[in-house]
Amino acid sequence: MSTADSLSERLGNSDVGLILGVVGGLYLLFIIFGVILGLDIGGIASTLQRLTFLAAVYALLALALNLQWGYAGLFNIGVAGFMAVGAYTMAMLTAPVDPGVGGIPGLGLPLWAGVIGGMVAAALVGGITALPALRLRADYLAIVTLALSEIIRLLYNSTTFQSFSIGGRELGTGGASGIPGPINPVRDLYYTDPASPQPPPTAFGEAMFGFFGGFGIDGPIVVDWTYTLVLVVFVGLFYFLLTRVGNSPFGRVLKAIREDEIVASSLGKNTRWFKIKVFMLGCALMGLAGILWQGSQALITPALFLPIVTFYVFIALMVGGSGSNTGSVVGGALFAGLLFLGPTFVGRIVDSSFTLGNAPSTFTDAIAALGSLDVTPLIAYALDSISTLRFVLLGVVLIILMQRRPEGLLGHRKEPAAAVDLSRRSVSDDSTEAARADGGVSDASDAAGDERGEDE
Amino acid sequence: MGISETYDRGRNVVVDQPLGVIAGVVGVLLIVDLATKLMDGSLSVLSLAIFLKQGLILGLVLGLAGVGLSMTYSILGFANFAHGDYISAGAFAGWAITYVIGGFGTLPIGDLFLVGVSGEADAGSVGVSVVSAPVAILVGFVVAVGFAALLTLGIDRLVYKPMRDQEGISLLIASIGVALALRYLLAFVFGTSSSGLTSGNIPSVTVPGIGISLNAHELTLAIGAVALMVGVHLLLQYTKLGTAMRAMADNRDLARVTGIPTERVVRATWVIGGGLAGAAGYLIVLWRGTIAFDFGWVLLLLIFAAVILGGIGSVYGAMFGGLTIGVASTVSLIWVPSEFSTAAAFVVMIFVLVLKPSGLFSGVTTA
Repeated sequence: MSTADSLSERLGNSDVGLILGVVGGLYLLFIIFGVILGLDIGGIASTLQRLTFLAAVYALLALALNLQWGYAGLFNIGVAGFMAVGAYTMAMLTAPVDPGVGGIPGLGLPLWAGVIGGMVAAALVGGITALPALRLRADYLAIVTLALSEIIRLLYNSTTFQSFSIGGRELGTGGASGIPGPINPVRDLYYTDPASPQPPPTAFGEAMFGFFGGFGIDGPIVVDWTYTLVLVVFVGLFYFLLTRVGNSPFGRVLKAIREDEIVASSLGKNTRWFKIKVFMLGCALMGLAGILWQGSQALITPALFLPIVTFYVFIALMVGGSGSNTGSVVGGALFAGLLFLGPTFVGRIVDSSFTLGNAPSTFTDAIAALGSLDVTPLIAYALDSISTLRFVLLGVVLIILMQRRPEGLLGHRKEPAAAVDLSRRSVSDDSTEAARADGGVSDASDAAGDERGEDE
Repeated sequence: MGISETYDRGRNVVVDQPLGVIAGVVGVLLIVDLATKLMDGSLSVLSLAIFLKQGLILGLVLGLAGVGLSMTYSILGFANFAHGDYISAGAFAGWAITYVIGGFGTLPIGDLFLVGVSGEADAGSVGVSVVSAPVAILVGFVVAVGFAALLTLGIDRLVYKPMRDQEGISLLIASIGVALALRYLLAFVFGTSSSGLTSGNIPSVTVPGIGISLNAHELTLAIGAVALMVGVHLLLQYTKLGTAMRAMADNRDLARVTGIPTERVVRATWVIGGGLAGAAGYLIVLWRGTIAFDFGWVLLLLIFAAVILGGIGSVYGAMFGGLTIGVASTVSLIWVPSEFSTAAAFVVMIFVLVLKPSGLFSGVTTA
């Protein structure tokens, strides 16, 4: 028993180690990028903050999606819509009742109520979708959820709901120009009057700014880092929650549904109800992720919730491997670092280290120069539109992943549906294994090696 | 006795299909409301006719694009999310050639090639129409069809062929990757702004009686779309290839055992589906007069709606579904603001999916 415990502990540690290793590697890469670009300490700190922020939000979303797809096999490509419901509900609940001229009125509730309201709203929308839609085939569910996320975005984008009133209460979504997010509570920690544009710092803020200012890290970067660390804590909470869910009896049913729904239902499990519950839980987490991400922006606009966001999350999950929580976190970090931020940094480095001259304004001008065997205009044009080419890269990565490694980097560790690994039985029966584990050192380490080999 | 039986059946319908009953009631209410609106004059017959005309034209192109999507869906067994971008790619290729021919000599070829999305050309300086430059339009149309067909073949060879035996979901995800790569390659070459293409000066005819007018581009689109659909019908119904396709859609393994060269049929499917997508893209741009790198992607969900409504695999279903979705998205303007017309079409699709996932023409595959 104790050996099994210590083994699982070591495995757990190795997962954390893996995540830390990946993040550490990314940090090293971006510090090198920053040094090549000649950024000062503050610039590098800000770069790493952005990297960590994006890695954390994509990890949160990938974890939530993994619950639906990796565990229960529900193909939801409406992630952006559920994020929008969460973030918008939160903003509409917490917006001031009397916003002043040109402002958007809300219900003026405290932030915690807004966050819970946002999660509940996302879960309810998920539940309403799931009730009829989960009977459908996976590809139909995909189309329905994508259409739903577009409907949600169009509703928030419309002028009809820009401002409206329910039961005498004025409310509004702000239409295409968006709704202001609430003031980040992290700012309360640092500033006595967080709403003003040039706020005076609190005593704690003064001390922190003074300390980090000595390293050349400005106040705003410190505040951003603090919020980013809050997100990292949330990644930990999501991870913990989803691991617990996955290992609970509820999670075992989910995995059974993923493997074979008919078997699960013939064993007396109401698979439809399980699917609805897990869909709602996943949507609530997506809503929370939307609140933590887009909700922390100064302005929440419908353009933040285009379907492309869903595909980003999907790529993050696919990179890490669906079915694995550790994979989701690793995938989120790798996506944010290598695929999302990486190309722009490489572009900036190439741009700063070679003199390419002015980029031609159109593609045909760049191609025309190829006639005189001059490649530089084409390269300059490509660097100019590196953000466009990044999407091409994402598409190609997705195709190659599906062709070569559809299970992702860690997807081969997909947790089995059974509580015990059924394939291990064939090696030896339990009593001799226990005897061996108590016995010679070499045998015990062999057995441990076998188990790790199977699990990893 | 008759009454109690009817009552029982009615109660069963209500219990089994609550959403269906709601949809039916809403439908009846809308029709009643439409009739009252027409009676009391708050909605003129002319504006209803204009909604219907716009809807039918949109429906024709949706159906045309949907036929290709439906064929690949039933024969290859996956929802191709890149289909919308085949439409854009075909349209861009075709219009680039149309501009190069139509504006030859007025501007450098490089600028003409970019059809005004970037570069110097614009609707004012080049501005082609069916009447002013019929040859350029015809050549452009052929190029759009040919380019889209070749493109789909190439993508099939690179992406989908190595994955032939994988599940539909894996192929679906790969097609999302294809869609992303293709769409942003177009953006890379042509730019991301939207631009007007056709000259506004086109002749139109007025239909006597209702007073509704049809311009030359709308007529071209309608004739082209109907002709292509009839062509697809003849191909599927009366050629050996059509029989082989229907056999494959029915049962792939059985088709292979019977000696049908399945790979060749798959290639033929892509050629036809891609060609129709290119044709639809070219005609949509001719009709709307504007082009943007993501217009096919924006249309994709509507096309899916059309295909699903008609029943996947059914070519006539796709045509019928296209017309229904097109009309639904324009006639909905009577009740909802124009910003919700797309959302209304999606709602129709979700209802169809939930109520009758096999589509209205279910059971009739590729025929």
